[in-house]
Amino acid sequence: MTWTDGWWAYAFIAIAGWLATDLWRWLGVLAGKRLRDESEALNWVRAVATALVAAVIAKLILYPTGVLAQSPLWLRLGAVVVGAVAFFLARQRPAVGIAAAIFTLASGLWWLGF
Amino acid sequence: MDDLEDERSTLAWFLTGARGIFSLPAVILMLSFIGFCSLTAQAGIPPEQVVFMTGIVWALPAKVILVSSIMSGASLATAFLAVTLSSVRLMPMVAALVPELRGSRTPIWLLLFLSHFVAITAWVFAMERVPKVPREHRVAFFAGFGMTLVAANMVLVGVVYHLVAEFPPLVAGCLFFLTPVYFLASIWHSARHPVIYVALAVGLVAGPLFYWIAPEFDILLAGVGGGTLAWGAERLWRSRREARP
Repeated sequence: MTWTDGWWAYAFIAIAGWLATDLWRWLGVLAGKRLRDESEALNWVRAVATALVAAVIAKLILYPTGVLAQSPLWLRLGAVVVGAVAFFLARQRPAVGIAAAIFTLASGLWWLGF
Repeated sequence: MDDLEDERSTLAWFLTGARGIFSLPAVILMLSFIGFCSLTAQAGIPPEQVVFMTGIVWALPAKVILVSSIMSGASLATAFLAVTLSSVRLMPMVAALVPELRGSRTPIWLLLFLSHFVAITAWVFAMERVPKVPREHRVAFFAGFGMTLVAANMVLVGVVYHLVAEFPPLVAGCLFFLTPVYFLASIWHSARHPVIYVALAVGLVAGPLFYWIAPEFDILLAGVGGGTLAWGAERLWRSRREARP
């Protein structure tokens, strides 16, 4: 049985996707009253959560799927660096950093003949 | 008469929240969803399942991990574990938002229901704008924004899925790249605690490092190991700074 087979695919998404995320949202509601914002436990949870997302980000940049898998690594890293520089120069405005990174990537891809 | 007035303004605040669909964070999120569509189309996941996933999971990083697990042929238990661990951050996010949202008469079931609409974009949007909304209308405001954003992205994903395959490679590549770049910028921008910056930096290095050492559990190890390291380092730095006169 593979994941694309009818109800199993939906059950897979519901258990591994919906239950796995809403569980934390519900616990968040219940903890909302009790969890102290300055507690060391919450600080650790924050650090682990952020590091997890950062690891996903790094993997998407270093090991992309699809079209970008054929693009050179230096171009992807270069686009992120240009985006980061623009982001900080523009007083940390996300839109500026994102636009600069995408523009750099697009120029590079075009120059390479994509 | 008072009740009628009250209801009317609740609807008005719901619609005010719904108008947030035209804000910059919402537009960036929708572009990221087009990128996500491209990822799922390349992974061969049927469009009905992508729409279902968008509505029921909602958080984009969780969905990216879910799709990666599906692509690598992971078992249900492995996929559940990877998504669960990557979604821990939803708990403190919701816990921080609830005291801001809650009015004096807000029932718990409503908060449990509305918590489903919390993900990075809705959270950043709500934490920024909710303090300017009168407390008794905050729930309506957030419900308007959250539900509109989810519904719009479900429709978007259903419509765009069939177009994504025909995108020129340059456009498909840029849309894919929007997701990591958007997450980087929005996490840095919305961080309110020093430990977030340390954890972001450590995680960026730990992710590829653990992918190289133990590719099956890389995200998990990078999160727990890298996060604990970042927490310890930031704590040490904090206590040293406090100890100094």
